[in-house]
Amino acid sequence: MTIVAVPEAPSAAQPAARPPVRPRRKLVLHLAVVALMIIWVTPTLGLLVSSFRPQSVLSQSGWWTAFAPPYQFTLENYQGVLEQSGIGQAFINSLFIAIPATIIPLFVAAFAAYAFSWMEFWGRDVLFVVVVGLLVVPLQTTLIPVLKAFADWGLTGQFLAVWLAHTGYGLPFAVYLLRNFMGSLPRSVFESASLDGANHVVSFFRIAVPMSVPAFAALAIFQFLFVWNDLLVALIYIGLANSDNLPMTAAMANLVNSLGGGWYLLGAAAFLSMILPLAVFFGLQRYFVRGIVGGAVKG
Amino acid sequence: MGSQLITAVVVVLGVPAALIAYIWGSERLISLAPERWRPRLRPWLWIGPALAFLGFFLVYPTIRTIIRSLYGKSELKPKFVGLDNFRWFFTNSDARGALLNNVVWLLFLTLFTVGLGLLIAVLVDRVRYEAWAKSIIFLPLAISMVAAGVIWKFMYDYKPPGVAQTGTLNAAIGTVGLGPIGWLQSPAFRVSTFALIAIMVWMWTGFAMVIISAALKGIDPELLEAARVDGANEWQVFRKVTFPLLGPTLAVVSTTMIITSLKTFDIVYTLTNGNYDTDVIANLMVKQMFTFGDFGRASAVAVVLLLAIVPIMAFNIRQFRAQESVR
Repeated sequence: MTIVAVPEAPSAAQPAARPPVRPRRKLVLHLAVVALMIIWVTPTLGLLVSSFRPQSVLSQSGWWTAFAPPYQFTLENYQGVLEQSGIGQAFINSLFIAIPATIIPLFVAAFAAYAFSWMEFWGRDVLFVVVVGLLVVPLQTTLIPVLKAFADWGLTGQFLAVWLAHTGYGLPFAVYLLRNFMGSLPRSVFESASLDGANHVVSFFRIAVPMSVPAFAALAIFQFLFVWNDLLVALIYIGLANSDNLPMTAAMANLVNSLGGGWYLLGAAAFLSMILPLAVFFGLQRYFVRGIVGGAVKG
Repeated sequence: MGSQLITAVVVVLGVPAALIAYIWGSERLISLAPERWRPRLRPWLWIGPALAFLGFFLVYPTIRTIIRSLYGKSELKPKFVGLDNFRWFFTNSDARGALLNNVVWLLFLTLFTVGLGLLIAVLVDRVRYEAWAKSIIFLPLAISMVAAGVIWKFMYDYKPPGVAQTGTLNAAIGTVGLGPIGWLQSPAFRVSTFALIAIMVWMWTGFAMVIISAALKGIDPELLEAARVDGANEWQVFRKVTFPLLGPTLAVVSTTMIITSLKTFDIVYTLTNGNYDTDVIANLMVKQMFTFGDFGRASAVAVVLLLAIVPIMAFNIRQFRAQESVR
């Protein structure tokens, strides 16, 4: 009989040295963390299970009874949502709204951030302080005059109205984040490019943009989620004039208010609206977190 | 729908193309100008589009709203009424109730998200499955407040006593013989407002946790080790070393949470629409706009919201200035 010595995993394999915890306290620690995880996941899990339960049992028993026989699950709720309530169209509307409303501010902000970082001009610092100030202006203060302007131009109810509005509302954060990133790129790279005869357009596209990809990724995720999850802007600029163009959030809010009892549709609708954010979240969490930390810690 | 698709494709491809063409074109245009003018002209062409958007969607409308708040209800021939709209706001019981609710939101949402975020960040720092725990706590931030509202509508569901409770919370307290409670229909003790705040705590604790956790990892471990060698226990290390070092981060997270609580709208609009004494300023404003068509009062409500945020704006600008001087 031989004893094979199993080598201890080198301590360097651990990402970081964790603070010491006394063994008896360890149990309490694990219990606390696991309890928090359960509390946080329960609401979502409850709705997820409910969204697959037949309409007839939904109002009779809680979602947790679904785990005991008879196991009654169905896809009818999802079918119903896509066919009847206009949620299918609203999903497409959300895409129509969110994609351009993410792309446009990214470009506009990139130009401005580059100028703020690498060009000298009169009033630059004052203007950037204004941008920092605008970061927190509540968009409620802008609703009435903008709505009036949109109405005068016949834009209310159109996608164009929300594309433009989201560009305006998203810009302070976009300019701020990109400028912080671009401004911290090494100056020498730009100087040597300039000596080689590159003008600003060339150094923007060849140096600033490729080197700022992580910031662009974080910002794109942020803006996309913000627009996809927005209710107020869509409600005000589209809502009254043309309810056919409303996004998921507004369609769902209407469903909550009008049906009251239409539970079986609500759960499925909510999960349809969460598919994209959750995909973005799980796929690109690193960038998302970086955007949030970078934006807030410096703000 | 076909035409919508075409429009969308045109916009998605065309707008970036137009913007890139704009930058190329402006460089060409500048090269026509005398040499010494070029560096002065160029920046304004680069920031021009951003300034136009910021001016049209934020600066100009904010000024217009402030002016509009001094005029009466009628949109066709607005009459100057001075501070009447503000007098209404501070004397009307509904408006004052909304303002009071926002104060409750501000205090409790900020306290709970920052407190819980700090607690969780410190706890998960000590376990192996930290990444998992953080993902779960952080996840609700990715979904819309409307979806979160729907999720919690199921949690808070209320059935009359004697019937099987299908809402998770009422079923849970039912097992120990309590309730059922109409969480979203109880004005007494502001139960409903706290029920709504709980939803936002569920959503935003992850935000506070992620930022505090990042700051926690940035603390030099040798500093903590030195304190331990000196005989400090874990609690003392936290109170005397970790907590003071986290101070600036906690301040920044708190300002974000204060702004979030002042602007609270979606959750209230979706779940109670301000009934059962849950109204907040932002919802009151939308009501004044669309239910009562009183743009003067709606503007005044917006101005009150803006005034509440001005101190935070000043704080942010000071923070930013201090950071820039370090750069």
